[in-house]
Amino acid sequence: MKDFTYSRARTSQEALTLVAARANAKFLGGGTNLVDLMRENIEQPDALIDVTRLASGISESPDGGISVGAEVRNSALANHPLVRQRYPMLSQAILFGASGQIRNMATVGGNIMQRTRCYYFYDEAAKCNKRNPGSGCDAIDGFNRIHAILGASEQCIATHPSDMCVALAALDATVRVQGPEGERTIPFNAFHCLPGDTPQVETVLGFHELITSIELSPLPFAKRSLYRKIRDRASYAFALLSIAAALEVENGKIRNARLALGGVAPKPWRAYEAEKVLLGAEVGMNTFRQAADAELSKARGYHHNNFKIELARRTIVSVLRELAQSGGPL
Amino acid sequence: MTHQPRSVADQAERSASTIQITLEINGVTRTLDIEPRVSLLDALREHLYLTGTKKGCNQGACGACTVLCNGERILSCLALAAQYEGLEITTIEGLSTTGELHPLQAEFMEQDGLQCGYCTPGQICSAISMVREFRNGLPSAVTRDVSEAAIEFSEEEIRERMSGNLCRCGAYVGIRAAILRTFQSEVMP
Repeated sequence: MKDFTYSRARTSQEALTLVAARANAKFLGGGTNLVDLMRENIEQPDALIDVTRLASGISESPDGGISVGAEVRNSALANHPLVRQRYPMLSQAILFGASGQIRNMATVGGNIMQRTRCYYFYDEAAKCNKRNPGSGCDAIDGFNRIHAILGASEQCIATHPSDMCVALAALDATVRVQGPEGERTIPFNAFHCLPGDTPQVETVLGFHELITSIELSPLPFAKRSLYRKIRDRASYAFALLSIAAALEVENGKIRNARLALGGVAPKPWRAYEAEKVLLGAEVGMNTFRQAADAELSKARGYHHNNFKIELARRTIVSVLRELAQSGGPL
Repeated sequence: MTHQPRSVADQAERSASTIQITLEINGVTRTLDIEPRVSLLDALREHLYLTGTKKGCNQGACGACTVLCNGERILSCLALAAQYEGLEITTIEGLSTTGELHPLQAEFMEQDGLQCGYCTPGQICSAISMVREFRNGLPSAVTRDVSEAAIEFSEEEIRERMSGNLCRCGAYVGIRAAILRTFQSEVMP
């Protein structure tokens, strides 16, 4: 690991001042991803600004939603009574990610900023446009079992690895950030970027901007929501595919639906095409199949990950059926 | 093995980046002069000679380096020592202050919860914090309904909650039995 300086910020203002003082400085959360990447020399900051001691908590917003400080640990968010009762998919998504130890360390802000687990991104000997722009992509013709089927480009087919973010995408969260020019908010679904020709650009977060909180709007029907994750072993593995979903059914018709996919795209993938089919449609297997087909019409496999297209189709249908049945048999 | 002497310039650069930190390890305050890049794991093993905590993968995949921070389990290999100033760190050496084994350590021996023993300190620290999480009502990925307060302390729950600790000898059956026997009456009276 390359040497660097370490400083601990007491306030977000101090963190912004410290990060601006060095050309190549980074904020440090729980370190579960950044420290690992630094040990592999993929990340080489000159300075780390530790933001984990900034005041941060979970509170109910005046509108009935909740506000989650960026330094809240993943396990604390998953265990919060308001999250467990109002947004069970978010609690579940976090609990399906990583291990108990890592969930105790990882912060909410850090989880959002984590980088892909593509093997070629981690391997300094491999070509990777994300790590070394213009060098090529060894994943496209390589062993790409874990890679993207939606939203990828000829430059990069890496996936976003977070579970928590899939639920935040489904819930239409808002990211609050603070920067040299003050505060601003970014819709969660506009926060991460698709690779296009610049796979090294992963978020719209500006240089020296700090995530300070995540805001969740009230969403009463999210009480009936769930997260399902498919992986190569039963626990402690990244998703081959995951789904966060919520459904509201009234008089046999779908009144509200939220659907997001993980493990299949370069960003947490909100399934807007599927939601369009679901909204107002009659609840039932035909509708669920049409929704899955609509979302996956542009899906593309890269050989080893071809199986993900059919897996996604079946799992979308299965999850929607489970949610519909939780209100009685179909 | 030959020792490569460092150049004077290299040494100057290194010492320039050394910082002094104070850690609370097993109830004792320890002051260290280290580089910011030293992990909590290396600080424990290489600087404080507390070698009970083990280095397995050094990349957050195996759990052998698990220690407690304010009673919560963390991976010391992914932790920079400098980040943990002022927080209470407990290692396998600090689980018992009486000279007797911690009840879970004794039960690991009774239930054959180990073969080579390399993952054991991490398993034991992890399990102690896992039970605390359980008492605090934290659900897991196998909890049927996360909105419900009561969760049954079952083998299935233990299996899921301990998945961050690998055992290459495959002593999982004994590890689960030791955890269940030690904590069942305490967690589910």
